[in-house]
Amino acid sequence: MNIEGIITEGAHTAHAHDSAGGHHGHEHHEQHFIWKYIFSQDHKIIGKQFLITGIIWAIIGALFSVFFRLQLGFPDSSFPIMEKFLGEWAKGGKLSPEFYYALVTMHGTILVFFVLTAGLSGTFANLLIPLQIGARDMASPFMNMLSYWFFFAASVIMLISLFVETGPASGGWTTYPPLSALKEASLGSGIGMDLWLMGMSLFVISSLLGGLNYISTILNMRTKGMTMTRLPLTVWALLFTAVLGVLSFPVLFSGVVLLIFDRNMGTSFYLSEIFIGGKALPNIGGSAILYQHLFWFLGHPEVYIIMLPGMGMASEVLSTHSRKPIFGYFAMVISMVGITFLAFLVWAHHMFVTGMSPFLGSIFVLLTLLIAVPSAVKVFNWLTTIWRGNIRFNPPMLFALGFVSLFISGGLTGIFLGNSALDIHLHDTYFVIAHFHIVMGVSAFFGMFAGVYHWFPKMYGRYMNNTLGYIHFFMTFIGAYLIFWPMHYEGIAGMPRRYYDYSAWESFKNFQSINGFISIVATVVFFAQLVFVFNFFFSIFKGRKLTTLNPWGSTTLEWTTPINPGHGNWEGDIPEVHRWPYDYKDDGNGNDFIPQTTPLRPGEDAH
Amino acid sequence: MSGLIITSLIILVFVIIYQIGKASEYAAILRGEKKVNAQVNRAMAWALVGTFILGMWGIWECHQYFKDLMLPVAACRTGENYDSMFNVTIMVTGIVFFLTQAVLFWFCFKYQDSGKRSSYFFAHSNKLELIWTTIPAIAMAILVAIGIRNWFDVTSEAPAEATAVEIVGKQFNWIIRYPGKDKILGKRDFRKINDANNVLGLDWNDPHNADDIIAQNGEIHMVVGKPVKLIIGSRDVIHDVGLPHFRMKMDAVPGITTTLWLTPTITSDSMKLITKNPNFVYEIACDQLCGKGHYAMRGTIIVETQAKYDEWFAKQQSYYATANPSAAPAAPAADSAATAPKAEAGKEISMK
Repeated sequence: MNIEGIITEGAHTAHAHDSAGGHHGHEHHEQHFIWKYIFSQDHKIIGKQFLITGIIWAIIGALFSVFFRLQLGFPDSSFPIMEKFLGEWAKGGKLSPEFYYALVTMHGTILVFFVLTAGLSGTFANLLIPLQIGARDMASPFMNMLSYWFFFAASVIMLISLFVETGPASGGWTTYPPLSALKEASLGSGIGMDLWLMGMSLFVISSLLGGLNYISTILNMRTKGMTMTRLPLTVWALLFTAVLGVLSFPVLFSGVVLLIFDRNMGTSFYLSEIFIGGKALPNIGGSAILYQHLFWFLGHPEVYIIMLPGMGMASEVLSTHSRKPIFGYFAMVISMVGITFLAFLVWAHHMFVTGMSPFLGSIFVLLTLLIAVPSAVKVFNWLTTIWRGNIRFNPPMLFALGFVSLFISGGLTGIFLGNSALDIHLHDTYFVIAHFHIVMGVSAFFGMFAGVYHWFPKMYGRYMNNTLGYIHFFMTFIGAYLIFWPMHYEGIAGMPRRYYDYSAWESFKNFQSINGFISIVATVVFFAQLVFVFNFFFSIFKGRKLTTLNPWGSTTLEWTTPINPGHGNWEGDIPEVHRWPYDYKDDGNGNDFIPQTTPLRPGEDAH
Repeated sequence: MSGLIITSLIILVFVIIYQIGKASEYAAILRGEKKVNAQVNRAMAWALVGTFILGMWGIWECHQYFKDLMLPVAACRTGENYDSMFNVTIMVTGIVFFLTQAVLFWFCFKYQDSGKRSSYFFAHSNKLELIWTTIPAIAMAILVAIGIRNWFDVTSEAPAEATAVEIVGKQFNWIIRYPGKDKILGKRDFRKINDANNVLGLDWNDPHNADDIIAQNGEIHMVVGKPVKLIIGSRDVIHDVGLPHFRMKMDAVPGITTTLWLTPTITSDSMKLITKNPNFVYEIACDQLCGKGHYAMRGTIIVETQAKYDEWFAKQQSYYATANPSAAPAAPAADSAATAPKAEAGKEISMK
C-alpha cells in the first residue's frame, strides 16, 4: 500500500500521482481555469460536473414528462406553449403521436441513464469514495476524468438526436427490436435511433471507466485503519453499484452492437419473418426475444444501480440525523450482497408474457420474490435506526425518511409484478408505471436529494436554504403520492401504458378526469423541482457560509477535511481510522458522536 | 405576450419564495438559532404526522373514487383465480404497508429531537434480524406457492377440444383467422403476404387453408363455456394481445408463435347487464409499444351462445372466396367453400 508512503512523506508529495496529468502543484501556484474546473482530475470537481450535468438532464427529462402528461390529461385541448418548445412536433399546440412516443422514450432514457445512473452514482461515488475512505483521489484520476468526458460526449449525441428531422428514438426506453431495428416501423427508428445507440455505447464506456475506478479505489486506497468493516454504508453501496455496472453494462453493450449490425449491415440477430412497408424482409432465424434477454440482463441490475446509492446515503443520513448508529451494520452489508447477487438472476421477470417457457418463468418468480427478503431487512433496520433516536428534521433527513416511505410503497407493489401469475394481467399497464416510478424514480431521487442536501456543505462550503428545502420536500413527497397512487388503480383496471389517447376505449375512457388530475399535479411538482434547482445554484454563490468543519456532527472522514478542501483533500497527513463509522454515543466531553479518527478509549468495545 | 407574462410571473414567484427562505434564515439568527431550530423541528414533526393522516384519508378517498370504475368480475375461470390471488396479495402487502408506514411516521413524531433526551445506543441484534428475515421469507414462500400454482394453470396446454383461433398483429390492427369446417388452420408463410388478397400469407398449396375464415376487423367470436385457444403471431413488430377482462395477455412476436387459452364464462350481453353499461364490449388492447398507432390498436371479443355463434358462423365466407372473387363464386364457408381451391391446389401439386 502506497498510503503509508503518503502519510510519512506528507502533503506535498501526496500529489505526486497527479503530476502525470500536468504541472499543477496547486499549493504553489493557481491552476489554470481549464485544468481546475473543466478537464479537472480532482474527484470532487468531477463529482460536481456529473451532478450539474445530471441536473440539466433532469430538467429536460422532467419537462418532457410535463409535455406528454398534458397530452394524456387533456387530449382534446391544445397548448400553444408546446409549439414554442417543440416546433412542428406540436403544431397548433397539439402533440403528434410520433413525438409523443419520442418524448416518452427520451424521458425514460434520460432519467434512467443520464440522471439516475450517471448523475447519481457519478456524483456521489466521485465525491464520497475518496473522502470517506481517506484517500487523496481516485486510483486513476485521469480515467476518472475520461469517465466524465465520455458521459459528456454521450450527452451531446443524445441531445443532438432531439433535433434531427425525424425526431429522436421513439420505441420506448427499452428500444425493443424489430420496432427499433426497422426504419419502416417508425419515424424514430431512423437516424434518431442510430444516435441513441451511439450515445448509449459511449455511455456504457463512461460507466465502465468510472466503475472500475471506484472498485479499485475502494479496494486499494483505504487509509490506515480503514478496514472493510469500518467503511461507511455509502461506500459499501457505491462498491456494489460499481460491481453491478461493471458486470452488466457490457451485456447491454453487446445487445446494442448486435442491434447496430441488424440495422445497418443486414444481419438477422433479432429479425425473423417480417413483412413491413409492403414487402417481406429477407431476414430469417433471428429472435426478437434475444434482445430482451440482453437488455434486461443489464436492465434489472440497472434498477439496483439506481437504488443502491440511495440506500447507502439514506442509511448514512438517517443515522447521522437521528444521532444513533445505523442498526444492523452487518445485516445491511449482507443484504446488499444478497441484492447484488440476486440482481443478476431475476432479469426475465420483465419477460413473463413474451411466450417464455412457463417452467423458466416459475424459477424467475422464486428468485424475484426472494429479493424482497433483503429489501425487507433493510427497511426494518432503517426503522429501528430511528427508533429511540434524537431526530433532527433538516432537509436531508426529511428526504431520507421520504426515501424509506417510498421504498416501502414501491417495493411492495413489486411483489405483485414479480409474481408471474399476477404479472400476466398487470404487465405493461399503469400499475408498472406506478411501481417503478415510486421505487426507482421518486425513491431514488429522494436518496439523491438527501445526499445533495447533506453533502452540499462539503461540496461548496455553504448551506442550502432550509426553508426552500422544506417546501421542496413536502411538495415533492405529497405530489409523488398524488401522481402515482391513482395509477395503481388504473393499472389494475388494465389501462395500458404508452397510449397517446384513451378516448376510443370503452374500458379505459372512464379515467379521463383522473388523468387530468394527475397531469395537473405533475406540472406543479415539476415547478417544485425548480425550487430545488434554484436553491442549489443560488446557494453555491449566496448560501449561508459554513463556519465549522463538521456541521452535522458526523463521524465520517469527509468532515475532517478543510471547509473548502483542495485537490488532495487533507492539508496535512491523511487521517488514520480507529473505529467504525457509526459511533453516535457520548464521547465523555458532552458530544453525542465520536469521529472515526478518535482512538478507542481504554476498555471500550470496538463495535 | 402572454408567454412573457407567464414567464415573469413564474420568476416573481421564485423571487418571493427565495425571499421567504432568506428572511427565515436571518430571522433565525436574530431570534437565536437554537430556539428557532427547536421550533422548526417540532413543526416538521407535526407536519409529517399531518402528512401521514392526510395520506390515509387520501387513500380512502382514492378508493371510493375508483370503486365503480374498476374492471367487472373476471370472465373466465383463470381470471377468477387471478382475482382471488390478487386479493390475498393485496391483503399481505396492505398489512405490511400500513404497519411500516405507521411505525415510520410514529417514530418520527415520538423520537423528534426535544433536547431533553439522548439517543439510545442500539447497534445490532441478531435475534431481531433473524425474525425479520424469516417472516418475510415465509410470506414470500406462500405467495410464490399460490403464484406458481396459478401460473402453471393459466399457461397449461389447452384442452384438445378447444377451438383454435389465430390472432395476428400488424401495425396497427389485429387480423383474426378461424379454421373452417375442417377445424385446422392451414400453413402460412410471411413471404406470401400480400395486402391485396393474402393478408396473412396463407399457403394455397395447403388444402387446410381453403376454408379458413379471416376477419380483418379484429373481432373474435367465442362461444360461452367453450375453451378457445388463441394462436398469436405478428406480421411486423412485437405486439401484445391484452385481455383485461380475462386477466391475461401474451406478446405477439414476429417469427415466434405464442398461445393463450381461456374458457369465457360470461356472454357479452350478460356483461352489459352486470356492468349496467349498454356499450360494454370485451376489448383487446395492444400492450407492447408498436409504433405511432399503438394506442389505437384495438380488437374486440364477442362472447355469445352457441346458437348465435352458429348463426354468425354460417354467414362467413372463406378468405379464399372473398380474396379471389373470380376464382370462387361467393358461397358460405360452412358448406361448399372448399371445393374450388382444393381443386386448384391439387392441380399445382400434380404439376410439380
